Amino acid sequence: MKETEGPGNLFATLLPQAGASLLAIFLAMTVGGVLIAIAGVNPYEAYSAMLQGAFGSQFAIANFLTRTTPLIFTGLAVAFAFRCNLLNIGAEGQLYMGGLAAVLVGVYVTGLSALFHIALAIAAASLAGAAWGGLAGLLKTTRGINEIISTIMLNFIAIFFVSFLIQGPIAEPPGFFHQTALIEETARLPKLMPRSDLSVAIFLAVFLAVALSFVLWRTPFGMKLRSVGLAPETARFSGISTNKYLFGAMAISGGAAGLAGGSEILGHQYRMLDFFSPGYGFDGIAVAFLGRSDPIGVVFAAMLFAALRVGANQMQRETGLPSSLVLVIQGLVVLFILAAELRRWLRERAVSKGKEA
Amino acid sequence: MEALLSILNAEFLAASIRLATPLLFATLGGILCERSGVINIGLEGMMLVGALMGVFGSWYLNSPTLGFLVGVLSGALVALLHGFVCISLRSNQIVSGVAINLIAIGLTSFLIRIVFGLADQQRIVPHFNSYPFPVLGQIPFIGPAFFNQLTLVYIAFLMVPVSWFILFKSRWGLAITAAGEHPKSAASVGIDPQFVRHVCVVLSGAFAGAGGAFLSLGQLHFFQDEMVAGRGFIALAAVIFGRWNPVGGMIACLIFGAADALQFRGQAVGMGIPHQFMLMLPYALTLAILIIAGGKSKAPAAIGIPFRR
Repeated sequence: MKETEGPGNLFATLLPQAGASLLAIFLAMTVGGVLIAIAGVNPYEAYSAMLQGAFGSQFAIANFLTRTTPLIFTGLAVAFAFRCNLLNIGAEGQLYMGGLAAVLVGVYVTGLSALFHIALAIAAASLAGAAWGGLAGLLKTTRGINEIISTIMLNFIAIFFVSFLIQGPIAEPPGFFHQTALIEETARLPKLMPRSDLSVAIFLAVFLAVALSFVLWRTPFGMKLRSVGLAPETARFSGISTNKYLFGAMAISGGAAGLAGGSEILGHQYRMLDFFSPGYGFDGIAVAFLGRSDPIGVVFAAMLFAALRVGANQMQRETGLPSSLVLVIQGLVVLFILAAELRRWLRERAVSKGKEA
Repeated sequence: MEALLSILNAEFLAASIRLATPLLFATLGGILCERSGVINIGLEGMMLVGALMGVFGSWYLNSPTLGFLVGVLSGALVALLHGFVCISLRSNQIVSGVAINLIAIGLTSFLIRIVFGLADQQRIVPHFNSYPFPVLGQIPFIGPAFFNQLTLVYIAFLMVPVSWFILFKSRWGLAITAAGEHPKSAASVGIDPQFVRHVCVVLSGAFAGAGGAFLSLGQLHFFQDEMVAGRGFIALAAVIFGRWNPVGGMIACLIFGAADALQFRGQAVGMGIPHQFMLMLPYALTLAILIIAGGKSKAPAAIGIPFRR
């Protein structure tokens, strides 16, 4: 990932980057097409089934936007931390903690009006995620533990801890199903479309992207946070307390990831099932990278990943191709963006060859 | 307490060692790779590819041994890609690993359905059987616990002193450590850090492939989607827990293997400890060690930083 200049520099940096991202997507889809052809299916038919699945009807679009929501949150989480040069691999664990807090408030707090109940549940989700992310920040600033390592460990600790609760103390009905009770009606986010899973959580996600973009580019806090990410030594000499920003970046990052879990529970799942996230936190790393660690870029990257995932199910139904194919496409998109360094590499090789000759 | 004692027997020890083996393969690979200065989050994906290709190799070459070699080679091949991206192109090592894991999960699940067909994807392939040592295997308790395992188990544990010797007693080890600690000085005395890192990353993929092929050909006897189930990440924990030392890594894998065995058995006999805490143990222990020892104490200094001339 690379630090880039802000929106002010649209034509100089952002547009070429968007172009490189689009090229990577195109190349990945092409390789995907070759795999589809090898499997004996017409790539055109497979891809049009995918498009149908993601955008073919009102319900498809609702489904697509529902899938986009948690990816925006986790993508924002990873992108924001990366602006402070922190790699938060732990969005998955923070998501689980956020989901847990949301379900606890949703189930066990009763008698509130909908407005207060929802606000309380959302606050709980983001605080729980922030605490779990902030813990990794604290371990870094006080014990010098690399956040990449600590967040991997914290992921699995959170996932198994939540699983323990769901199979034991908060199982409902106790002892049989691996699930919690349903959250109160008052804690459920309003639906945007009847009989679909789409809730107002998508607005919350987009709002957070705009807000974080504003914080990063238009506030002193964001400016200092980025300067700690770009040049920690310089930042320290200019009097910035780097530890404060490292911790803050991890806590805010965790809070965004916690909202991914919270919005899944409050928006449409309404109860917590064992292992309720299909890896949204890990996808967030790829989403943030594809979105070039820019909050607005993350929104578009999340849409692409969600469209691929939703479309894949339709593709599987119509063509019999395994939906796992889209994971390959997603991974290739990331790999092709990484390979944008290829041109520099070839140039350097040409130069060193020239020297030898 | 009685329940706990009832499961601590030769069978439990044997299971712990068996479950530690795939972790040990991947951990040794992780140690090599990280000591040379490259983080390999993609161990998980490389294990998965090794597991699948091992199954294919064993089926089409009709030999588990050849299948295992195919698994090892394919792991190495995936690692070559990781090396190219993060050593030659100097791109982000973590992001490359994440991409490799995504591609590995997708590609293996795609290929098993395409090659073996939807109906027959869990086809049992020629696999390894346990090899009881002639005399040692007859000793009561010790025989069934330690000397009635798959040949690959003995090989994995044999790799511990081998890699210890290479790392700490050979010139190669010196070059690897130099590349991971201070690549600039390494380059100034004629070591090519990029080349050293490439070799280590490829070897780590080979080890991870071995771990994956052990899972499929030694334990499951077929391929299942995402069958590695986080063992690549447990191996990453074992690398740190073992302080980047093969002997330490082995101890970590044995502890984590025992926790895994306890988890299976504890569930069966209704032991008091929830099995999730056993699953959590490798990560919690590693984090605890890090907190006590401090994060920077032993990690290679140049880890994660691309080398440029």
